[in-house]
Amino acid sequence: MTPTLQVFLLVSAALFSIGLLAALSRRHAIFILIGIEMMLAAANLNFIAFWRFGGEHQPPIGVIIALFSIAIAAAEAAVGLAMVIAVYRHYRTTNVDQFDRLHG
Amino acid sequence: MNSWVVAYLWWIPAAPFAASLVILSLSNARRKSAAALAVAGQALALAMSMVAFAVSMQAPGFRAVQNFTWFTFGEQALRLGFVLDPLAAAMLVMIALVGLCIFVFSIGYMAEDKNFTRFFAYLSFFSGAMLGLVIANSLLLLFIFWELVGLASYLLIGFWIQKPSAAAAAKKAFITTRIGDMGLFLGMLWLYGRSGTLLFYDGGNGCLESASFAILGASTTFIALLIFCGAAGKSGQFPLHVWLPDAMEGPTPVSALIHAATMVAAGVFLVARVYPLFSLGAINGVTSSLTVVVWIGITTALMAALIAIAQPDIKRILAYSTVSQLGLMMVSLGVGGVAAGILHLLAHGFFKALLFLGAGSVIHGCHGEQDIRKMGGLGRLMPVTFVTYAIGMMALSGVPFFFSGGWTKEEILHSTANWPRSHLPYYLMLAGVILTALYMTRQMIYVFFGKPRVAAERAHESPRGMTMPLIVLALGAILLSVVLTPAWPWLHDYLVGEPVHFEFGRLIQPMLFISLVLVGAGIAVGFWMYRKAGLPDRGRPAEVDPLEYAQPALFRFLANKIWIDELYDRTVIAFSWMAARLSDWMDRYFWDGLVRGLGGLGQLVGIFTTSIDEHGINAGVDETTAGTRGLGRLMSAAHSGQIQTYLGAVAIGMLALLLLYAWLA
Repeated sequence: MTPTLQVFLLVSAALFSIGLLAALSRRHAIFILIGIEMMLAAANLNFIAFWRFGGEHQPPIGVIIALFSIAIAAAEAAVGLAMVIAVYRHYRTTNVDQFDRLHG
Repeated sequence: MNSWVVAYLWWIPAAPFAASLVILSLSNARRKSAAALAVAGQALALAMSMVAFAVSMQAPGFRAVQNFTWFTFGEQALRLGFVLDPLAAAMLVMIALVGLCIFVFSIGYMAEDKNFTRFFAYLSFFSGAMLGLVIANSLLLLFIFWELVGLASYLLIGFWIQKPSAAAAAKKAFITTRIGDMGLFLGMLWLYGRSGTLLFYDGGNGCLESASFAILGASTTFIALLIFCGAAGKSGQFPLHVWLPDAMEGPTPVSALIHAATMVAAGVFLVARVYPLFSLGAINGVTSSLTVVVWIGITTALMAALIAIAQPDIKRILAYSTVSQLGLMMVSLGVGGVAAGILHLLAHGFFKALLFLGAGSVIHGCHGEQDIRKMGGLGRLMPVTFVTYAIGMMALSGVPFFFSGGWTKEEILHSTANWPRSHLPYYLMLAGVILTALYMTRQMIYVFFGKPRVAAERAHESPRGMTMPLIVLALGAILLSVVLTPAWPWLHDYLVGEPVHFEFGRLIQPMLFISLVLVGAGIAVGFWMYRKAGLPDRGRPAEVDPLEYAQPALFRFLANKIWIDELYDRTVIAFSWMAARLSDWMDRYFWDGLVRGLGGLGQLVGIFTTSIDEHGINAGVDETTAGTRGLGRLMSAAHSGQIQTYLGAVAIGMLALLLLYAWLA
């Protein structure tokens, strides 16, 4: 049995929701980053799925965008981790609820 | 005509000025250096004046000018300059020579004074200013030096500042001459406004040259009269003469130099210098401005001679005599005898300086006493002073032949007799000649004849340093007559710019006899009237003046200087006081009230605007800010700084948008 497009979209939506939940509720900065990565993965899954079920003999646009997205996500992860380290050095903690210098 | 000398002419006043500056920087104890510097500066000026004089003799009517630009404003350039002509050169030599004699005399006279160095600094300063005055080729430059000599005069009259009378006299001299100077200043402005130049001679474009005469026109009379105001103030002409007798409060050398020989003659010199302005448009040698000069001059001459008869102070007699002689010079200028007036000025410079220095020697010998009634018999005690004083007295009285004053006075009489408008000044002047001889004889008898009285008992002859200048000046008073005789009027022709020639016949003139008779009569009457002066005589006490005994009312009238000071007190000064009081009152109550009222009005407006501000505008602004602040507080609550809250808000917003989209689609 071949899974249908709906299955992929449901998996992707679940993945996005879990990532969003992680980004919103976890205190630890690394876990927030992981949440963000999960949301990105959900988006990539959508690209691939729409391309795969879009019809025969199409140019591989969805795959290319996904690859781009993964490359950018890698760069983003590197920057994000570097920022986490920098913030840790400054605050001696990685709990984002303590970074409230911007409060009004 | 130009000459190298005129380019260096400013060195002559510069020498005493430099000496004055150096002396001012010396300490009070450096007496010898101060005196030496002053005398050296003056001697240098004299030497240079001699050179200038010699150069000016090159050709008849010599005149060299050196003009320079002082500063420019817009297109106008203010130009000053120096001029060397016979008038300036003769004045230079007279001032420098008389000045030198007086400087030397002062060393002895002021020996005891503790401000010796300051005295010589002032004296040198005066000398420089006076020498600058006579060589100025611009009315403005002349005015500058004019004011500088006024300042020097003020400083020296008030030299003994610890004496209240000296301080008052200095102030009086300064203010009185300032009244005249105001006129001179206005005349100067007017002249500049009309002719656009204040240079006297400028190659045909000066204000005394033909180019400006066409422009000046009828205003010349007023300009000339305004300038004469200045001359009258400086030269002690009626009604501004009152300061000159009071100026005798200064040290005697000062009286000799400034208030007899040089500065007071500056007014006469000024009139002679700008004479073309006075004589412009003359008919028969008469203009209205010159007529004013004549009447003022003769009034002054006669009035001062009368007052001199009743004065007890040796210096005041000489002071009134100076006023009187200056009046004669003015008359001479007014009737057209410019050369005669200037000759009398030069001769007067010598013999009046001689008389004042002689008086100084007498005062020195009598230990500071100036009242002639307390002297007497000094002829034997002070022989040099006596002989030189007698020479000065005869020169002043106008004894002919041997004394310079005789010839110049005759020449003035001659000019006045030929005045076409009126003969009255001539007759008044003849009366003045008698009076001059009379008051000088009175003074001679009181001071030098008879028995020594209170102040003269311990009198002694002055030291050589003081008698030498007397001898030099006496020789000058006599020798000057050689170049003044009508037979060989060298100095006269030098001044008017004609070649001189000898003609014996001109020596004997009717005027000579008139003069001889009048002077003889004056002296004879003097000897007869005052033969018992200082002695009791037919019920008259010794200390009462013979004239006072015979005519007490007349004597009191003259002794009180014809009440002119009192008249001024009651009129001019009282008026000034009233005006000052009125101004004070106006200032205090009227203007001040006005200002206060305006201020109060401003204050009221201020209070009004304040209340509007506080209750109207401020309230609105406060309300606005309070609202803004509340809003800000509300908004700031949203900014918790919690990044996850923000992210959650974004997520909710996104979800809301999606739902909206789904619902709309």
